[in-house]
Amino acid sequence: MILTSRDLLLFALVFGLIIATGFTQSWNVALGIFNMGLISAIMALGVNMQWGYAGLFNIGVMGFVALGGLGAVVISMPPVNDAWAAGGLRVIFALLIGLATIIGAAQLWKRMPKGAPRALAIIVVLVAGFFIFRALFDPAVEAIEAINPATLGYLGGLGLPVLFSWPVGAVLAAGAAWLVGKTALGLRSDYLAIATLGISEIIIAVLKNEDWLSRGVKNVIGIPRPVPYEIDLQNSESFVERATSWGFDPVIASSITVKLAYSSLFLTVLVILLWLSQAALASPWGRMMRAIRDNEVAAEAMGKDVTARHLQIFVLGSAVCGLAGAMMTTLDGQLTPSSYQPLRFTFLVWVMVIVGGSGNNFGAVLGGFLIWYLWVMVEPFGLTLIQTITSGMTDGYWLKDHLLESAAHMRLLTMGLILLLVLRFSPRGLIPER
Amino acid sequence: MDLLNALVALANFVIVPGIAYGSQLALGALGVTLIYGILRFSNFAHGDTMAFGAMSTILFTWWLQSLGVSLGPLPTALLALPVGIAATALLLLTIDKFVYKFYREQKAAPVILVIVSMGIMFVMNGLVRFIIGVDDQRFADGSRFLITAREFKEMTGLQEGLAIKSTALLTVVVAIIVVAALFWFLNRTRTGKSMRAFSDNEDLALLSGINPERVVMITWIIVAALATIAGVLYGLDKSFKPFTYFQLLLPIFAAAIVGGLGSPLGAIAGGFVIAFSEVLITYAFKKVAGYVLPAWEPDSLIQLLSTDYKFAVSFSILIIVLLFRPTGLFRGKAL
Repeated sequence: MILTSRDLLLFALVFGLIIATGFTQSWNVALGIFNMGLISAIMALGVNMQWGYAGLFNIGVMGFVALGGLGAVVISMPPVNDAWAAGGLRVIFALLIGLATIIGAAQLWKRMPKGAPRALAIIVVLVAGFFIFRALFDPAVEAIEAINPATLGYLGGLGLPVLFSWPVGAVLAAGAAWLVGKTALGLRSDYLAIATLGISEIIIAVLKNEDWLSRGVKNVIGIPRPVPYEIDLQNSESFVERATSWGFDPVIASSITVKLAYSSLFLTVLVILLWLSQAALASPWGRMMRAIRDNEVAAEAMGKDVTARHLQIFVLGSAVCGLAGAMMTTLDGQLTPSSYQPLRFTFLVWVMVIVGGSGNNFGAVLGGFLIWYLWVMVEPFGLTLIQTITSGMTDGYWLKDHLLESAAHMRLLTMGLILLLVLRFSPRGLIPER
Repeated sequence: MDLLNALVALANFVIVPGIAYGSQLALGALGVTLIYGILRFSNFAHGDTMAFGAMSTILFTWWLQSLGVSLGPLPTALLALPVGIAATALLLLTIDKFVYKFYREQKAAPVILVIVSMGIMFVMNGLVRFIIGVDDQRFADGSRFLITAREFKEMTGLQEGLAIKSTALLTVVVAIIVVAALFWFLNRTRTGKSMRAFSDNEDLALLSGINPERVVMITWIIVAALATIAGVLYGLDKSFKPFTYFQLLLPIFAAAIVGGLGSPLGAIAGGFVIAFSEVLITYAFKKVAGYVLPAWEPDSLIQLLSTDYKFAVSFSILIIVLLFRPTGLFRGKAL
């Protein structure tokens, strides 16, 4: 039996909480929590692969999620032909030059004998490559960003259906993960952590500053949807007719229909991923992974290539995070680089995995739903709590104002406390590994 | 004359800010490296510890300012520093007693402690936001400049001005005093020696009768002092905003690892390496080049990377050091 009755009860409890929100507040809010819960569950699955299966400490989740979001833009937005004509090919050529420089330097490092000539040659190649790159890159970028900067100013995408962007987001994240893993895996676990933290900050910095690619802080809005728009539904006579015949307000019905459409898409992805992860975990490969995690030395002595397996699972887990990122950007319909905060996108996912139960896929999914629900609901709960506490104080008293103002920051405190309490009293999480 | 101008421009925009930033990073990295040496884990809550220390100091400074207390040309925050340190030390010791101690007794794996420190980071971050909010807070008073750009120009007759903020000088002086005191403590006093012994070989230290709980307690107090001082100096020099302290985590860890985790000397060297590379690589050299090679009139800013990529700089240095010398410049205890 994969799930015990206790696990089922926990799932029922979490979904019960979300359904209760539907009754007490609105079904729109409840479905909103459910949809983001699905995405959070997928992120948690990705981190669980890395941490739960293999014991890899990745705190760069935010970067991989953001790359997935970039995937959504690159695939689904219509191409900006003027920008491509102005400098698209030049930018790509410059990037290739940059890549060639790095590969050339690496080849020199490998091929030439150690000594001063090698160091000199590498420095010359790197410096020359950098200046050629900048000389080609800067004017091209300037030309692209000059094309109608208020609404465009970037290359746009390929104009393909947005659903294609989900696997592409995963591939982008996997590529970045391969680069990080290749350099930082095999070193101490803390170093991998710092390296992933660094790469995620760099990815966000690139998204914020490379306007030609992602419009930077000007944001990309209006990413095409895989589901119909609310307004189209409201204008469709048959839809309005059906909604009213069932006794619903067409406006509310349309937004709920859209959310349900998203839910079914996300749920499909989650179920497939969960099935794949479970199969992988139960396979000889999964047992090997756990053996490596539990005793690297013994696994290595048995002839397992620890670093290669670590790289494999690191890339896989990051790809899942990238997939979730692309899905999230699809749901939002926009890419806002400045909204990526490490506390929200990296550390919160970690809380989900730890609380849910590291090493157990169902645990990660449960954690994803539960922690997302709490993340959304702690703020109103906190506000109510503080209103009750301060109800005895007179209006305008500085402490009352300050407390009411600060209620919004209760979330971080609560998440930290939950993490610490679970680690202390139930370190294996709500649904422990079996 | 032109060379002199170039030198002054360089000093104004690179050397002086680099030294001040380097001292702040070095103090932060010292805290990280001490925790790593004695408690054997990477403390992800360090940035937020700095924020908490700075916040307590700021609150006390405001109270002092409201009473009309001032130190003349020096910022009042210096007077409030001991209170800030005491508050931070109290918080860290409480956290240690209720959180870290349990895992120490369990002999938990270092990575578990890192995750625990992540939880502490959340709590501290929330606490700071709860108490003081997320906005920029200004608490610097006293004289702003040791020498302004205009005074310098009048004094020397050069075209370029050299402005030295008094907080920059203060940062360096305080950092030197703190580091000297720390090294004196670690190398000359009995407690300091027992700390180093504990860091080198825990079992041997226990056998020779060193009380581990006392060592841990003193480590937390020193870390509180270092973090608070680093946080206050950074806040005085730039400004206090809780989120920037969280972001300092990356350069601070880069500094500690580049220098060699567990090596105090390495932490200081690492701090300056990271600070100067960040400032140098993101500085626009157009002005300096204009003085050195007047014939060459570049149309770009001659800026290697835009300032938004400063994280990329500390990250790249970190990766290069990890690849070629994983134990850091000063042979820390890594690997």
